Amino acid sequence: MKHFTDLFVALDQTTKTTVKVKALVRFFQQASDQDKVWVIALFSHRRPRRTVTTSLLREWAAEKANIPLWLFEETYHVVGDLAETIAKVIPNEDLKVDSNAVDLSGWIAYIMALKDEEEAIKKERILSAWDQLNMEERFLFNKLITGGFRVGVSQKLVTKALAKFTDKEENTIAHRLMGNWDPADISFEELILSESVSDDLSKPYPFYLAYALDGEPEDLGIPNDWVAEWKWDGIRGQLIRRKGEVFLWSRGEELVTDKYPEFDYLSSIDCPDFVIDGEILGYQDDMPLPFQQLQKRIGRKKVSKKTLADIPVVLMAYDLLEYNGEDIRTKSYEERRLLLKGLLPEFIFPDTKVILSQQQDFKSWDELAKLREESRERRTEGFMLKKKNSDYKTGRKRGDWWKWKIDPMTVDAVMIYAMRGHGRRANLYTDFTFAVWKGEELVSFAKAYSGLTDDEFREVSQFVKKNTIDRFGPVRAVKPELVFELAFEGINESSRHKSGIALRFPRIKRWRKDKKAKEADTLVYLQNLLQQ
Amino acid sequence: MSLIESKEKGLYCKQADVYIDPWKPVDKAIITHGHSDHSRKGHKAYACVHSSKAIIRHRLGPINVTSYAYGDSFTVNGVQFSFHPAGHIIGSAQIRVEYKGEVWVITGDYKLDDDGISEAYEQLQCHSFITESTFGLPVYNWPNQNEVYDDINNWWSENAEENKTSLLTAYSLGKAQRILHHLDVDIGPIYCHGAIANMNDALIEAGVKLPYYEKVTPELKPDDFKNALVLAPPAATGSAWMKRFKQVSIGVASGWMALRGARRRRGADRGFILSDHADWKGLNMAIKGTGAENIYPTHGYTSIFSKWLVAEGYNAQPIETAFIGESLEVETETP
Repeated sequence: MKHFTDLFVALDQTTKTTVKVKALVRFFQQASDQDKVWVIALFSHRRPRRTVTTSLLREWAAEKANIPLWLFEETYHVVGDLAETIAKVIPNEDLKVDSNAVDLSGWIAYIMALKDEEEAIKKERILSAWDQLNMEERFLFNKLITGGFRVGVSQKLVTKALAKFTDKEENTIAHRLMGNWDPADISFEELILSESVSDDLSKPYPFYLAYALDGEPEDLGIPNDWVAEWKWDGIRGQLIRRKGEVFLWSRGEELVTDKYPEFDYLSSIDCPDFVIDGEILGYQDDMPLPFQQLQKRIGRKKVSKKTLADIPVVLMAYDLLEYNGEDIRTKSYEERRLLLKGLLPEFIFPDTKVILSQQQDFKSWDELAKLREESRERRTEGFMLKKKNSDYKTGRKRGDWWKWKIDPMTVDAVMIYAMRGHGRRANLYTDFTFAVWKGEELVSFAKAYSGLTDDEFREVSQFVKKNTIDRFGPVRAVKPELVFELAFEGINESSRHKSGIALRFPRIKRWRKDKKAKEADTLVYLQNLLQQ
Repeated sequence: MSLIESKEKGLYCKQADVYIDPWKPVDKAIITHGHSDHSRKGHKAYACVHSSKAIIRHRLGPINVTSYAYGDSFTVNGVQFSFHPAGHIIGSAQIRVEYKGEVWVITGDYKLDDDGISEAYEQLQCHSFITESTFGLPVYNWPNQNEVYDDINNWWSENAEENKTSLLTAYSLGKAQRILHHLDVDIGPIYCHGAIANMNDALIEAGVKLPYYEKVTPELKPDDFKNALVLAPPAATGSAWMKRFKQVSIGVASGWMALRGARRRRGADRGFILSDHADWKGLNMAIKGTGAENIYPTHGYTSIFSKWLVAEGYNAQPIETAFIGESLEVETETP
């Protein structure tokens, strides 16, 4: 476990990407091939299946540390990380065993082998592992069980380090890391090194992601070089047909083919193979459905006939990445669109589920800005601006694609509950519940976590500590005094919340220190937004 | 009526009309140690141990202060007060209060480990124990301090090899001198931020021995610091003062560094777990050692720690500190 522990410590001790890449390269040079594969997997959100529940881990840790469970839980709330809490409450004794005899893949195999064991055996093995590991290693061991290695290492960074280590192109590595591979039964050779691209028919391409436009569209140059498409409010998807087999990937690199049987018919039509980039979108009567409707399908594994009828889904197609088996990402956007346009009519049988995302004509940026005001009634989030001659890039890149979103809606609300944050912000109160006025009463309607600076969070935390009026477990009810402006992307009816409404992407825009609680908005104000 | 009560102005002994570490101006104040949240300005008369006197004067200017040796006692209206080493920083004391056979001890801040520069902690016996509980959670277990000094010296020497300045933040009173005392002077030059250097001067005048160091002054160029270790108070890292360093690695020496979240929040390159407070084990040992029945935790996780002590069979009740209620992560110049 030493190489992995060293890697983790090095990554955790710096915020500089160059240092992180260096540490990763050093790890790839030293570690066994199987450990390499696991590190790639862990840092691209592929973790071993959980074989022990966290509630059992808490119980055993409290017992091992000789403290009552409530004290363990209170401590966990302060620390904000379960793996760390467990690692640190257990007293450090002299280690009897050399923990380096077992490497990372060895410990992962140890954890995976617990899957079908009885609880007593699981307990015995976990406690024995804790005994064999020092504090840092114990923390990593626990993380392997609970998941979520957050050390500021993105898949992009791993890609960069691998490219350096293997002397290959970053794009090649990025593509190889996509899709469905299982770290438990793939070798480093197969995953990264071998020259023949794997015969995995489902393998998607890395998505090209756009940044939000930070200046004015005028800065982009003449309108004639650009194309505008509505920015759809669904989930990004890649629809693949290869050798007659159909696959649908979501942006989170999740294979979601089974959740959207709408596209099954594409396997049996007569047309060239393809890879289409688009938006999975709830769609009915020539209009997108609100995102909230689609959300009902995202979480579900199996879809019923009723759901299929109530929330029909299409792919709003905006780009073509592979045509007839050929990777065409280096062709210009205009050329790719032309091929896409030619392909789509083949899908109309009996009723197409793949719709071309139309480009909006505009002669001036002003004209487009006016059109953008219709975004909300068209149930879109604004525009995507794409350069006509651009190729299809890998990952988030500046320059050729921009998101030009509409301004969010806002509401002034009173903070009434607060909870501690996690990770970097554990110990600070960062999770807030907000309320608006309904007559003389405050009704809660939204939670938000982000949007304040660390200094502001610190100041609010001080307020919370001094103005707690009640406690429910980790949640504190506070004096309704502080007013915040929340920004959000959408508003819907909801039977789950007392207020009867639910916001989409609520976040704190700013602290309205100039406002008193009485001056916050009312529920009627929100209900009016709902009507619009 | 208790011998010691928690009043609006601080801990109070009514029988003697004396306050201990009061936070608002009073007539008679006994001071446990020189940190600014314990020795505040505005009292008519101060009492502390000899080595604390120079520190308090340095902070508060010409005040009316009587100082005592450790172990010395004085009596006010039948109440006997005495000072005993707390091991927290130079001149830190526990206050023992005895009246008609009843004994109370107020710890101020303390640690059990001997840091080599502060007067080492003395285990007292009492009936009622007012103890700090800044780190009163079972995740706070300090590593061996010698290993931490080694880590600091290794980090410094690695940086020095790359011609990088090592900037280490530590409280100007206590932590800074403790670190100075354990630095390996062969690695390179040592510099202190003005706030620390001034405090050092006051301590040296009071007879404390410190290794040779230089003060950071405006004339110095980035190159002068290239293989140096610079000690600075935590507040300096975000200021314009930092601009004088070119290639710099920032380290933080604090008990809070025991948690990853706290370290990442500071944006430090390295966190060294070094505290002048008792850790979980230390707090529990000290409490057991007093033989006291009544325990009053103050500072830090007081309510959780009290609940734990009650479960352990003590009579325990938290004392909330004024102003900050239950203290948030202590970011000010205290521990």
